Amino acid sequence: MSPGFASRLSRWMPKLAVAPGFALSFAFIYGLIAWNGVLSFSASRLLPNYEWVGLAQYVSLFESERWHVALVNLGIFSALFIGVGLALGLFLAILLDQKIRAEGVLRTVYLYPMALSFIVTGTAWKWILNPGLGLEHLVRGWGFESFTFDWLVNPDMAIYTIVIAGVWQSAGFVMALFLAGLRGIDDSILKAAQIDGATLPRIYWRIVIPSLRPVFFSTLLVLAHISIKSFDLVMALTAGGPGFATDMPATFMYAMSFSRGQIGLGAASATIMLCTVAAIVVPYLYSELRGARR
Amino acid sequence: MTPTRLTTRALHVAAAATLLCASLSARAGEVEVLHYWTSGGEAKAASALKATLQGKGHSWKDFAVAGGGGDSAMTVLKSRVVSGNAPAAAQIKGPSIQEWGNEGVLANLDDVAKANNWDALLPKVVSDVMKHKGHYVAVPVNVHRVNWLWANPEVLKKANAKMPTNWDEFFVTAEALKKAGVIPVAHGGQNWQDFTTFESVALGVGGADFYRKALVQLDAGSLKGATMQKVLTTFRKVKGYTDKNAPGRDWNLATAMVIRGEAGMQLMGDWAKGEFIAAGKAPGKDFLCAAAPGTANAFTFNIDSFAMFKIKNTANLQAQKDMAAAIMSPEFQETFNLNKGSIPARLNMDMAKFDDCAKLSSKDFVATAKSNTLVPSIAHGMAVSSAAEGAIKDVVSQFWNTDSMTPEQAMDRLVAAAKTK
Repeated sequence: MSPGFASRLSRWMPKLAVAPGFALSFAFIYGLIAWNGVLSFSASRLLPNYEWVGLAQYVSLFESERWHVALVNLGIFSALFIGVGLALGLFLAILLDQKIRAEGVLRTVYLYPMALSFIVTGTAWKWILNPGLGLEHLVRGWGFESFTFDWLVNPDMAIYTIVIAGVWQSAGFVMALFLAGLRGIDDSILKAAQIDGATLPRIYWRIVIPSLRPVFFSTLLVLAHISIKSFDLVMALTAGGPGFATDMPATFMYAMSFSRGQIGLGAASATIMLCTVAAIVVPYLYSELRGARR
Repeated sequence: MTPTRLTTRALHVAAAATLLCASLSARAGEVEVLHYWTSGGEAKAASALKATLQGKGHSWKDFAVAGGGGDSAMTVLKSRVVSGNAPAAAQIKGPSIQEWGNEGVLANLDDVAKANNWDALLPKVVSDVMKHKGHYVAVPVNVHRVNWLWANPEVLKKANAKMPTNWDEFFVTAEALKKAGVIPVAHGGQNWQDFTTFESVALGVGGADFYRKALVQLDAGSLKGATMQKVLTTFRKVKGYTDKNAPGRDWNLATAMVIRGEAGMQLMGDWAKGEFIAAGKAPGKDFLCAAAPGTANAFTFNIDSFAMFKIKNTANLQAQKDMAAAIMSPEFQETFNLNKGSIPARLNMDMAKFDDCAKLSSKDFVATAKSNTLVPSIAHGMAVSSAAEGAIKDVVSQFWNTDSMTPEQAMDRLVAAAKTK
């Protein structure tokens, strides 16, 4: 074996090692995304076909009342799920960071919901929130006959029950991320601030929270994509009901593609979802990568 | 028994089985059947078909996909068909048969149909559903009547109320039940159950001709008019007699409320009978069945059927044809429907073994086929394409759940939904 071959091999080896994985992910991620894109411009009904119809599927998508409900729900759900999740997670992390006893146990308790799948969370909350079985029934049993909590069966409020279940599930995870961030802050800065006479809330507001910026961003990214693709939680908790009051883009896409025989329309809604995710992820990645190069 | 002897016996059995298979495979084919009959009574019904085919020497390859509505089964079927590996038969019904026919993947069963005289055995409305462009592509296994009203006689007696025969009487009975402290109407707030109730109201208030014009032909004038307005107001009024825990409840849990006497009545298809029977109740004594208010002379049908797919292997082709013929045989139709709670799809069947509800259903089926008041159920995928059905179902369910929506708004949306292609 000539030395030239060995050196060439060692130069090519990393590329060869990565090639199969790259080819597979290219075919089964980007290839299928492209196929979905093509289908969204086709007249596909029950089975995929390639009769070109231009933007017709997108037009009927945005004319559909149900899609508008799904988009509004996505807006409400994302804003509250991310906002409340972040606030609650940060609050729990700050409390846990006060060098308390049994921190390990509490941390596990808070983090535990994350170990459950959304299907389990959804089913459990469905029972808890059902007026005839759960909370309302319980409180009435205690003697508060006029107590009412029927959000689950109220079309105007049902979306907020999904927020409750979602926040319950993810707040512990957000807490864990923030706790790690808090632990990474240099103690000496905090001591210096204390010597300067800063109060505890002021220290948190002006020093700790600003230095958690990177944690905020990664948490935001994780929660944002969970909320856009949220499907199993909705299916288990309300199945999109009452009516289609709690429909989300993902459940809309599933219903159109797989039970209504409108693959083209489903593909169009999936493309819109992809664009929504991309609109959040691409600027973020861009700023991160630019920051790294600097 | 020692281990060695056990092994020897197992070997003998295996050898015998191999011999048996070898001797059969010379002429026999295999049918692979995709279905979603996975609950108790349904699985029993499916095994009746399996036994019939095995009697003819064919082997049966079961391809059951769980999930009552069949959504997951259809997803599996699509992937099989797209990959060029379709099963011999699949449980597909209503206009979906036409949609699959349009994709050009269904087999022609005209020779079997001719040999067994299907045209004379099936009402025309039914055979039309089984045909694509005039050729038989599917076989019906049963007929479910959807426009039923179920009631608990003890509860009715306690409330001093009687079984209603039209919608005015229905509300009198409901009011009496409410006064007696029971839930008048057991309902499950899932969109297809809202739609099932709507369908019965539409048939009862408007009659078969209105139903056909509005919900089968999707005529805009009928979807937006005085009759539809009356249908919607009546439909809304029914909701007032349901309990508020209904959203998301399964239909069989609603039936259980009637069985236990917590609720008085339920509007549901005849699969609800299976729940009463399974709870050890006798028709006429422990529970009452009657046509939904105002629909005694009409019949909304929901027919389960098997569509046959194009396959290449000639032995399997014979098996497929034998299966189609076997499904239409009186023996199979009887055994299957006794287990499933429905009635046979063929006319002129001996109904002696069936219960009173099924006998009434069968009598009305034959009578309405003659008087042209036999209409397809829109809520169960028999009347219009799945896309239009879904869009209309959305409007109906939204109207049911949104108290602020007026009938006029609902009618405008119905007209828009009917245009979905």
